[in-house]
Amino acid sequence: MSGSVEAVLGADEDVGREPATPEIERGASLWRDAWHRLGKNKLALISLFVFIAIALFCVVGPFLSPWDSQQQDLMIGAQGPSATHWFGTDTLGRDLMVRVMEGGRISLMVGLIATLVALLIGVLYGATAGYLGGKTDAVMMRLVDILYALPFTIFVILLMVAFGRSLWLMFVAIGFVEWLSMARIVRSGVMALRKQEFIEAAVSLGYSHRRIILKHLIPNVLGPVIVVATLTVPAVMLLEAFLSFLGLGVQPPNASWGVLINEGQQNMEIFPWLLIFPAFFFALTLFSLNFLGDGLRDALDPKSARD
Amino acid sequence: MAKFIALRFLQGLLVLLAIYAITFFLVAATPGSPFSSERAIPPHILAQIEAFYGYDKPVLERFWTSLTNTLSGEFGPSAVYANRSVTDIIAESFPVSLKLGSISLLAALLIGIPTGIVAAVRRNTWLDYVPMSVSMAGICLPTFVMGPLLALVFGLILRLLPVSGWYGPEYIILPAATLSLYYAAYFARLTRGGMLEMLNQDFVRTARAKGVPEWTIVWKHCLKGGLIPAITFLGPALAGIISGSFVVETIFQIPGLGQWFVKAALNRDDFLILGLTVLFAALIVVMNLLADIAHVALNPRLKYE
Amino acid sequence: MALLHVQDLKTYFFMRGGVVRAVDGVSFEVERGQTVGIVGESGSGKSVSCYSILRLIDEPGRIVGGSVMFDGEDLLQATNSRMREIRGGRISMIFQDPMTSLNPFLRISTQMVETLRLHTDLDQRAALHKAIAALEEVGIAEASKRIHSYPHEFSGGMRQRVMIASALLTEPDLLIADEPTTALDVTIQAQVLDLLKQRQERLGTAIILVTHDLGVVAGTCERVNVMYAGRDVESGTADQIFYDPHHAYTQALQKAIPSLQTKGDLLYTVPGMPPDLSKPVQGCAFYPRCPYPKLAPPDGPPPELVVLTEGHCAQDCQYCDRSKPIEDVLTSDVTEAFE
Repeated sequence: MSGSVEAVLGADEDVGREPATPEIERGASLWRDAWHRLGKNKLALISLFVFIAIALFCVVGPFLSPWDSQQQDLMIGAQGPSATHWFGTDTLGRDLMVRVMEGGRISLMVGLIATLVALLIGVLYGATAGYLGGKTDAVMMRLVDILYALPFTIFVILLMVAFGRSLWLMFVAIGFVEWLSMARIVRSGVMALRKQEFIEAAVSLGYSHRRIILKHLIPNVLGPVIVVATLTVPAVMLLEAFLSFLGLGVQPPNASWGVLINEGQQNMEIFPWLLIFPAFFFALTLFSLNFLGDGLRDALDPKSARD
Repeated sequence: MAKFIALRFLQGLLVLLAIYAITFFLVAATPGSPFSSERAIPPHILAQIEAFYGYDKPVLERFWTSLTNTLSGEFGPSAVYANRSVTDIIAESFPVSLKLGSISLLAALLIGIPTGIVAAVRRNTWLDYVPMSVSMAGICLPTFVMGPLLALVFGLILRLLPVSGWYGPEYIILPAATLSLYYAAYFARLTRGGMLEMLNQDFVRTARAKGVPEWTIVWKHCLKGGLIPAITFLGPALAGIISGSFVVETIFQIPGLGQWFVKAALNRDDFLILGLTVLFAALIVVMNLLADIAHVALNPRLKYE
Repeated sequence: MALLHVQDLKTYFFMRGGVVRAVDGVSFEVERGQTVGIVGESGSGKSVSCYSILRLIDEPGRIVGGSVMFDGEDLLQATNSRMREIRGGRISMIFQDPMTSLNPFLRISTQMVETLRLHTDLDQRAALHKAIAALEEVGIAEASKRIHSYPHEFSGGMRQRVMIASALLTEPDLLIADEPTTALDVTIQAQVLDLLKQRQERLGTAIILVTHDLGVVAGTCERVNVMYAGRDVESGTADQIFYDPHHAYTQALQKAIPSLQTKGDLLYTVPGMPPDLSKPVQGCAFYPRCPYPKLAPPDGPPPELVVLTEGHCAQDCQYCDRSKPIEDVLTSDVTEAFE
């Protein structure tokens, strides 16, 4: 609904609001409502299906294809799309479709694992800051502010140079960069919840801090966390592709979409399909994840979606 | 206000020092030295070279020498490009990158902010939907996809613009477009969000009830607050444009600092890495400081906190 | 002729889930210099009625019917630029929350001078002087200095004084006060109401006072309109509404005012919630909450307003048994509930 109604009606007037479900039903129905709202958002639904389709294409595809991504055949080097090689072949005669699928596997894997790393750090950091509050919180969040404005990509590049270009290092390095917005969102969620009565009740019952954080706070900030996580996946994939593009990420014979795009861009004058196919899938994945994240935000946090 | 700026300035210096230290030790922790790469050099000569550059000293001592040298403006020699000092390289390439980066940032602001304002004021019309969909595309197409695609379309297919090199003004267009599109999109979305938040405030209703014309409400009552999200993003945007320049300068073969940084990182050119990192970090810290000052100037409530 | 004559005003909100009839046929008059109260619970449509007078309704809301005759001119037919002359010039408005109604990014001086420059020929200096004088009149000390402050440097009560001073700068014919005291401390509330009264006597401004607090109305208003579910249910002089309430809802509201005479310790509250306005009202909107014994399930259009005595009219409801006085109905109700 439109936020302007609220602005016109003022805080005390409930008229303009859509007939809401009674407050008591919150909890279980929060998720049902969210699902309902998401279902109405066509763009988000299409994005979800596109993403699932791409993921299936990448994960299952290589098993169904007659071609092996490492199999070189210089005789058929850099052919355009054809009936035998749907996406054409690269300069070494490898089937581009299988390479795109397997590159997608690596890109998606990096996206998911690095996001998990970011999730872990961000949630723990943000929940701690928000829960402890006061000076500790101020210092911790100021640190996040400072980190947020730093040239992190440079550090990831240096890390990759210093400690070798392994996939696992990349997960951790990227995860360490992308946890900041997660920490912020968790912290503000916890801050808001901290003042609510059931937390006070838990404190007065003498529960330990750890137990309160794990049992009460984290489940309640799950919604925003899911949203940020969905939006972190494309950010992470972007960073991975960026590194791979510069030759600092995934190393041959493995290839991520970033590597493929780099190879394609070097030859785009003569063999444009080498650029177009991986770039298309990469961009489509980022699109679908971003739209899905936006849709989830609208669904899980209707207040922020009022515009 | 003065106290706030002084505090942030000191904080910036501390951040710079921390970045310098982290970079130094990260580079120092890398196995081998810059000279142990491909070229086969006899061990005793290698030892001599390493001694010449101070690599035989303990790491803390090297850190101290390096730091004091840097503070006196001496970044040291390039270990890989013999006979060239880091200062030379920066003096030669920085103007190129500065030009590209500032044009890109300016273009991003000049396109993004007005677009965001119009989209917020005319929300839920095509003036909102069209630019916001395009901006989503801008955000989803990273520089290394956008760059080659722009080069392919405007350079190789339409033959309108040159795709590599750095000679005349027409050489700036494609790289600057590649770099700025993402940030123009981002600024547009941030500004739209900020403006919408302002337009939904009660004081807008008060202004309407006073008979203030719609666009005066936008300029006079909402713009200050609505710009804050975009302003706070200036620092991160500069950081992003710098790292974007690594890619763009590679794609379009521009002799700027970004290309040097990538080469330095790949070749383990320690002094060059350190010099460039400090330079980049200093630029970003200064931009953050400016953004902080602008933030305080825009939001009267911050002055008293 | 009345200064303001609102006739059969209808403002609907066209939501995804259906049409919300926030205001559905409201009529009232305001004479020059008069104070008229509009009373009702949250969601009764009283604020929306007021915003509709100045056409301050945003999408998805729309004024779908009726007329607003102000000094002989139908505001619903006026051009946008004519409306801007009227807003802040001849009709001003103050709002519930002075904290958010003033722009935190602009100095008080900027905000007050803006109004004067829009509606008068005064230059910057003269406008500033007039604004300072206006602040002094509402009791703000050192006004010539404090006018250059930002809103957050004032307390809540002071801010509402600033709002009142700004709203009356152009000496409007009508001031619409939307819950002007709701967000304030009780002690400040009385001061602000006194101030409003005192400024009204000086300037001869008519006031529409929107509130959910019948107690506020009692001391300030000459006439009172009671709204329920987007309609008028009763209107009359303050005395008629207080001493001879006719509609069950008015009676219930009146019972809900805590007073020193209230017997026992229980405060009466009107049970239940206002109805969902996205569904058409069958018969009487108050029926589900009506404390009187029910006679027949309501259907058909809402009851007509009938004139009871000179200047006093109310919806005439036929669905409940009104033979007993409300005291007896309520007493039995309350005792049942607590035994």
